[in-house]
Amino acid sequence: MAKSFTNQRMIINTVVAWGIGLLIFFPILWTILTSFKTEAQAINDPPLFLGFDWTLENYSIVQERSDYMRFLMNSVIIAGGSTLLGIVIAIPAAWSMAFVPSRRTKDILLWMLSTKMLPAVGVLYPIYLLFIKFGLLDTRLGLVIVMMLINLPIIVWMLYTYFREIPVEILEAARMDGASLREELIYVLTPMAIPGIASTVLLNFILAWNEAFWTLNLTAAKAAPLTAFIASYSSPEGLFYAKLSAASTMAIAPILILGWFSQKQLVRGLTFGAVK
Amino acid sequence: MATQQSRSAARIMLAPAVILLLGWMLVPLTMTLYFSFKKYLPLRGGDLGWAGFDNYVRFVTSSAFWPSIQSTLIIVIGVLLITVVLGVLLAQLLDQPMWGQGIVRILVIAPFFVMPTVSALVWKNMFMDPVNGLLAHLWKFFGAQPVEWLSDAPLFSIIMIVSWQWLPFATLILLTAIQSLDSEQLEAAEMDGAPVLARFGYIVLPHLSRAIAIVILIQTIFLLSIFAEIFVTTGGAFGTRTLTYLIFQRVLESQNVGLGSAGGVYAIVLANIVAYFLMRIVGKNLDA
Repeated sequence: MAKSFTNQRMIINTVVAWGIGLLIFFPILWTILTSFKTEAQAINDPPLFLGFDWTLENYSIVQERSDYMRFLMNSVIIAGGSTLLGIVIAIPAAWSMAFVPSRRTKDILLWMLSTKMLPAVGVLYPIYLLFIKFGLLDTRLGLVIVMMLINLPIIVWMLYTYFREIPVEILEAARMDGASLREELIYVLTPMAIPGIASTVLLNFILAWNEAFWTLNLTAAKAAPLTAFIASYSSPEGLFYAKLSAASTMAIAPILILGWFSQKQLVRGLTFGAVK
Repeated sequence: MATQQSRSAARIMLAPAVILLLGWMLVPLTMTLYFSFKKYLPLRGGDLGWAGFDNYVRFVTSSAFWPSIQSTLIIVIGVLLITVVLGVLLAQLLDQPMWGQGIVRILVIAPFFVMPTVSALVWKNMFMDPVNGLLAHLWKFFGAQPVEWLSDAPLFSIIMIVSWQWLPFATLILLTAIQSLDSEQLEAAEMDGAPVLARFGYIVLPHLSRAIAIVILIQTIFLLSIFAEIFVTTGGAFGTRTLTYLIFQRVLESQNVGLGSAGGVYAIVLANIVAYFLMRIVGKNLDA
C-alpha cells in the first residue's frame, strides 16, 4: 500500500519534471534541430520536427562565409587568457586572505565584491577612450585585460571560499618542517586546492565566454568573439534561420558541455559563498 | 599563529589584486565624474568647457528619461517575479524523488549557459517572428491571429527572453538552499498532520527567505544592466529603452559624452543602493 503510493508519486513527479525540463530546454533543442535543416525546411509551414532531410551544409556555409574559426579562436583566447591571468593574480591574494587574515580582510573582500557591482555602462566611455589611447580597441589583449578585471572579484572570492576549507594545520606542519613560503604554496597548498581552482577556472571561463557588453562595444572586425559574431546575424538577409541555428549551436555547444560540469560551482561562485 | 614575516608576505601577495581592482574602479569612475561636468561632444567640437550640473539636469529632464526608468523597472520587476516564483516551485519539484533527476536538472539549467546574443536572436527569429516563428504557428494552429511580439508586446517579450535565461539561476540557487533543509523537520510536520501548503508556508519558505533575498539582489544587479538582449532584438525601439540602453545611446550613438556620463553616474548610484543590501547579507555570512 505504502509502496504503491510512493511509486505513484514518483511517476507523477517524473512526468511533470520531465515535461517542464523539456519545455525549458526546447528552444535549445529547436535551434539544434533547425541547424540540420535546409533554409526552406527551416521555415516550412507547418514546422518540421524530425521528418526532414538532415544536412550538414549550414555548418560548412557558416564556416566558409564568416570564418567561424577566427571568432572561435578569439573567444577561446579572450575567455581562456583572462581566466588564466585572473587565476595567477588571484591565487596569492586568496591565499593571503584565507591563511593570514587581518582585521581588514573582510572589508577588502567586500570591497572587491563591490567593484563587481559597478554598472559597465557607467564607465563605458572612459574605457572606450583609454582603449583608443593605448591602441587596445578591437584587440584581444584589450579584452583579455577587461574580462580579467571584471571577473577578478569572483575569482578571488571563489578561491578564498575553497582555500578556507583547507585545514591550516597541514600548512603549519609544512612550515614546521622547514618549507619556505614558495614551497608551501607550490607543493602543499596547490595540490590540495586543485579541485577548487579547476572549478573557479571553469565558471569564469563560462562567464567570460558569454559576456556580451564589453565584447560588443570594444571589438569590431579583428578581435570579435562569438558573442559579436552571433550579433551580426541580427540584421537578416533573406532566409537564414538554418544558418543562424548552425552558428548558434556552434557558439553554445562547448559552453553547454562545460556548464553541465559546473552546476555546483555556479552557486558558490555567483552567490559569493552566501548559499552553499 | 601568523608570524611577522608571513604577514608582510601576505600583504605583498594581496597587493597586485588590490591595486588592479583599485585602478579599475577609480580611473574610469573619476573620468566619468569628470566628463559628467563637461560639455563634451567628441564629434562636434570636442571639449566645450565646464557645464556645472547641466548634464545632470538635462539627463533627468529629457523626455526619454522617465520612460527609460519605467521600462527598466518593468523589466527588472517582471523578470524577478517570474524567476523567483517559478524558481521556488521548480526547485521544490526538482527536490522530489524521481527518475532521471540528474538529466532533468541539466535540461533546466541549460539556458543559463547560452550566450545572451544567441538566446535573444533565437527567440526573436525562431519563436517570436510573426510569420515564421514557432509561436506564430502555435497561434495559427489554435485559430488565433499571430502576435507581432517585439513590436506589439515588446516589454513582455524581453521579459520572457530574460526570464528564460535567469530562471535556471534562481532554480539552482533555491534548490541548493532547499537541499540544506533538515528533512526531519518536514517529516515531523508531516506526521503531525500539517498539510502540504502549511509545510511549504511555515517551513520551506522561511528557510528559503535568505536564498530568495540573495537571488533577488544578484539578479537585480545583473538585470539593471542587461544590454545584448535589447541590442539585438529591438535596439531600444518600441519603448524598450532601459536606463542602461539610454546611456549607451547617449555615449556611443549620439556621442554626447557629458550627458551620457551624467546618466552613468545615476546608474552607478542606483546599482550601489542595491549592492549595499547584498553586501550586508554577504558580509554577515563572512562572520559566521
